Amino acid sequence: MIPAAVDYVRADSAEAAIAALAEAGDEAKLLAGGQSLVPLMRLRLATPSVLVDIGRLDGLAGISVDGDTVGIGALTTHSALEHSADLAAACPLLAHVAAQVGDPAVRHRGTLGGSLAHADPASDLPAAVLALGGTLVATGPGGSREIAATDFFTGFLESVLGPDELLTEVRVPVSTGGWCYQKFNRRAQDWAIVGVVVAEGGAGVALVNMGSTPMRAAGVEAAVAAGASAGDAASAAADGTEPPTDNNADGDYRAHLARVLTERALVAAGA
Amino acid sequence: MEVSVTVNGTARSADVELRTLLVHYLRDVLGLTGTNVGCDTSSCGACTVLVDGRSAKSCTLLAVQVDGADVTTIEGLAGPDGLHPMQQAFHECHALQCGYCTPGMVMAAVSLVDEYDDLDAAGVRVGLEGNLCRCTGYQNIVAAVLAVGE
Amino acid sequence: MTVTESPFIGGIVGESRLRHEDPALLTGESKFIDDLQIPGALWVACVRSPHAHARITGIDTSAALATDGVVAVYTGDDLADAWAAPLPCAWPVTDDMKNPAHHPVAQGKANYAGDIVAVVVAESRYAAADGLEGVVVDYEPLDAVVTMEDAETDRVVIHEDCGTNVSYVWPLVPDPEAVEAAFADATHHITETFVHQRLIPTAMEPRGVVAVPAPHNGDMTLYSSTQIPHVLKVMAALTLGIPEQKLRVIAPSVGGGFGCKLNVYAEEIICMALAQRHGVPVRWTEGRTEAAVSTIQGRAQRQTIELASDADGKLTAVRATLLADMGAYLQLVAPGVPLLGAFLYHGLYDVPVYSFTCKGVFTNLTPTDAYRGAGRPEATYAIERAMDALAVAVGVGPDEIRSRNFIPTEKFPYDSPAGLTFDSGNYQPTLDRAKELIDWDGRRAEQAERRAAGSTTHLGIGISSYVEMCGLAPSRTLAALNYGAGGWESATVRILPTCKVQVVTGTTPHGQGHETCWSMIVADQLGIDPDDVEVLHSDTAISPLGMDTYGSRSLAVGGTAIWMATEQVIDKARAIAAHMLEANADDLEFAGGTFSVKGSPDKEVPLAGVAFGAFTAHDLPDGMEPNLQAQVTFDPSNFVFPFGTHIAVVEVDEATGAVELIDYAAVDDCGNQINPLIVEGQLHGGIVQGVAQALWEDAAYDADGQCRAANLADYLVPSAAECIDMKLDHTVTPSPSNPMGVKGIGEAGTIASTPAVMNAVVDALRPMGITDITMPASPMTVRRAIEAAQGDSA
Repeated sequence: MIPAAVDYVRADSAEAAIAALAEAGDEAKLLAGGQSLVPLMRLRLATPSVLVDIGRLDGLAGISVDGDTVGIGALTTHSALEHSADLAAACPLLAHVAAQVGDPAVRHRGTLGGSLAHADPASDLPAAVLALGGTLVATGPGGSREIAATDFFTGFLESVLGPDELLTEVRVPVSTGGWCYQKFNRRAQDWAIVGVVVAEGGAGVALVNMGSTPMRAAGVEAAVAAGASAGDAASAAADGTEPPTDNNADGDYRAHLARVLTERALVAAGA
Repeated sequence: MEVSVTVNGTARSADVELRTLLVHYLRDVLGLTGTNVGCDTSSCGACTVLVDGRSAKSCTLLAVQVDGADVTTIEGLAGPDGLHPMQQAFHECHALQCGYCTPGMVMAAVSLVDEYDDLDAAGVRVGLEGNLCRCTGYQNIVAAVLAVGE
Repeated sequence: MTVTESPFIGGIVGESRLRHEDPALLTGESKFIDDLQIPGALWVACVRSPHAHARITGIDTSAALATDGVVAVYTGDDLADAWAAPLPCAWPVTDDMKNPAHHPVAQGKANYAGDIVAVVVAESRYAAADGLEGVVVDYEPLDAVVTMEDAETDRVVIHEDCGTNVSYVWPLVPDPEAVEAAFADATHHITETFVHQRLIPTAMEPRGVVAVPAPHNGDMTLYSSTQIPHVLKVMAALTLGIPEQKLRVIAPSVGGGFGCKLNVYAEEIICMALAQRHGVPVRWTEGRTEAAVSTIQGRAQRQTIELASDADGKLTAVRATLLADMGAYLQLVAPGVPLLGAFLYHGLYDVPVYSFTCKGVFTNLTPTDAYRGAGRPEATYAIERAMDALAVAVGVGPDEIRSRNFIPTEKFPYDSPAGLTFDSGNYQPTLDRAKELIDWDGRRAEQAERRAAGSTTHLGIGISSYVEMCGLAPSRTLAALNYGAGGWESATVRILPTCKVQVVTGTTPHGQGHETCWSMIVADQLGIDPDDVEVLHSDTAISPLGMDTYGSRSLAVGGTAIWMATEQVIDKARAIAAHMLEANADDLEFAGGTFSVKGSPDKEVPLAGVAFGAFTAHDLPDGMEPNLQAQVTFDPSNFVFPFGTHIAVVEVDEATGAVELIDYAAVDDCGNQINPLIVEGQLHGGIVQGVAQALWEDAAYDADGQCRAANLADYLVPSAAECIDMKLDHTVTPSPSNPMGVKGIGEAGTIASTPAVMNAVVDALRPMGITDITMPASPMTVRRAIEAAQGDSA
């Protein structure tokens, strides 16, 4: 299928992108790798009036480790995360989760910032950043602000990101404690039916596709912190969630999967 | 807008609608019809080409996004000495039947063996997760890619 | 005809020869339908009903007509006079079959979500897509009939003029009293009900059409991504009223078919009608999401199968009762699809008494039709699942129950209880060899160990033995089934002056490798290099006679025609050679491409010399026509009946319900093999397609008749990552029905694999009391079954 007609602005700086967004108004969309947006445009489920292409802002791509923080440019591709030796050493969970996104061709083009800004509860990386307790840096007309990942996602494909803001950086703590990502799907290329990310031996636990947003499994984290067994802690995995129903799973089955996968992830992560 | 791309080593340029997908730029504007379209959800990989050496789904990119980039399509793979080793391996392993997924599958495979060292059968299978074939059951495709990857 | 030894002498047939088709396909040189560059062509986009069942109360095309690049918009009423007849159904299975008028563009009412209600004609594919947005259709939604069970009740009658949703009831009950008696006397009476979900065939190339008119002389060239250019030409001529001699149909490179391009589609007729109207080429390329509603779907049956057996599990009767979903209209051969399985519900077992009945019903869903296997996968599934149930009832293994019932080898040719004659068979060796390949005893021991250890990763092993029938023939038998075409195939073999060869075939390949295989047959016979043989096909101007490619018929029927034509050419060449050598034709030997006089090896003439002599015609025998060519139309005496045994091994994760295929063995017998490489490739792909029905694919609809799996993100065609390497072997039991002793192999894998996998899934779970899982065996479905079983036992 064919996208609807659209205007296009190629930004040569973050400032220019922000200015273009401000000028274009509500119907503008940022275009980074386009791996979420272009498919929606093809199906005409997204019909932005203007695309602001930030794909060439090379300064927004890259991974740097500074003390106990990993800074990742928002335009860093999933593939770059997957292959980064620095990331493998400093935060192997994130490198691993990046390698589970889509397929290689998607990972070559898709970006971390794009994945977070798209705010799809079925995506892998938002849950990973949540479990890691990451921080997102958004830049807008008034400058930059830091947003805790836990505060970022507000609804299905919705976040606190303003219409004239763009994500510039994602920061996650160096994290080499026990980790696991349990991604359950029927085909390797598909979104997770349910996914469970465990970081730091269970200190951070986040769920994929268990509600309208990516979410922390607070009950599991609290149980782990209180010394519960993996099985006992996992029994709280679906507490407070409102998992969706689709072809592959209804809510009850998703809740069941969340508990099963959480226990497996906790065990693998040494919780 | 004018979109200039180096395609299979040759500089090409054309004025296209901003919404033009890369795959239609290649097929309808440049006449390179080897790259196929098999779906509209980025699921099948029939449209896979190399952008700056790495596999990309040309139905999921606007042509303007690759303005200035280096694109390799299936037409650019064989050289004066004949088929590219991956094409040759597909031939020798009977890794194609109707051939519709084949250009995308071959391009994905070329990118895969370049990207990952020490691929085993499981690695090839997962590495081709984004390319669907309805004819071969994949067994001979995996064999072909392994033959090149080794 | 009895084949006692291989008819092949040239050392070429039987070799795993690499494909002649590959270089063009591997380099992008091949031209598929959308690759054709047609200057000045207008593009069509179809406005499709979003409702499964709705009255069309108004269509406003003004906004579409105001869209940049849009040339015209037509509604069903606008085009009502554009066709001479509705879209054809060529298989009226009963005299009183209900067949509602199926117009290419709906008039008055849309009967499924996807029914075309208007078409946009535009200067580019982008403009055509834009035009779609501007067509505003007012609908009055009606109650939709979404299930076969609902259809049967006639709660809502979809086609008022039919008066009922039941299209036909087709019985095959040779001896009703014997059936009742057999079940009354049975020690074991097994009754199983299975549902075959709807499947989307998903050839990787979507469909496409280009209609190129010649307005002043009335010619029309139709390019279509079709399996059936020859059949399409006849049907299109009748549907549009174009004189057949003015119509040329070309199938360019076709990217897979699997039955879904075995049809006469609305878009083909629409493009031709609009090309006539506008006097310029008109084209359409299907989108994938569009394809999910616009191209036929497969399976969609509910089947009840009953087995009667004695105490030892020896079958005494089989009774099958089907409900088959035709969808909203009858497509080309849809009513006959269940009939292709009707003769096979007793499988490859020796059963004296048989009963089959099928009821075909209309629903407000996309029409169904032939999909890889067409009827035989459904039949094989029913009997093979039921045989496992019988094994449990009798208390023997699934291998033993099959061995006890296989048609004994000495009974061939076997007169089946359904009235067919199975040509040849030797079934037990395929089961024995498949068990070897899969390490049957080892797997059973592993399964027992896991069960004893309380493992929650359950191992299941499933057998499926099958026989199928392909190469629909002879034509007289098809007449008895009311099939609207013959079972013959045509071939011309032409030796050119330079001793290169052209083969013209009526078969229409779309991935099967006919060019390679047909050249091997001819080269083997003629003693020449296969590269010196060119196979011409898929263009009715070049190959005017043909019945095309479906139902695994191409080799057994079309290949045989080629073999026979080549024999005729050799006979003529022999006569010319005899004349040249001043010898008696009966005294000539032909080997290695040379005629020589028996006993006088120095007196010889190569085929090349004969070919050139036939061309110059300077010195031919009196009365002989110049040139070396022969045309043969072969109408076989019978179907051919391939068979085999497949065994699948799965693991089921009790906690999640996930099923993983971990091992697979297949032993198939398609008689003599032309090119084992091609046979293996057909099996690999066919097996995966059948496994996909068992585990992943489901064209699920919601209660309103909307397809919930309308794209490749939601319709789960498996990738390499979900599949495994399969272990293949074969036996060779030639068919006596054709001179090459060949059978078909294009559908065997799909026919066999679905029940093998589902038997394995059920085998894994049987200790929990689970006896059936609905396809596909999705994790949620399996988990729910486990929970229900554990709840029952708790």
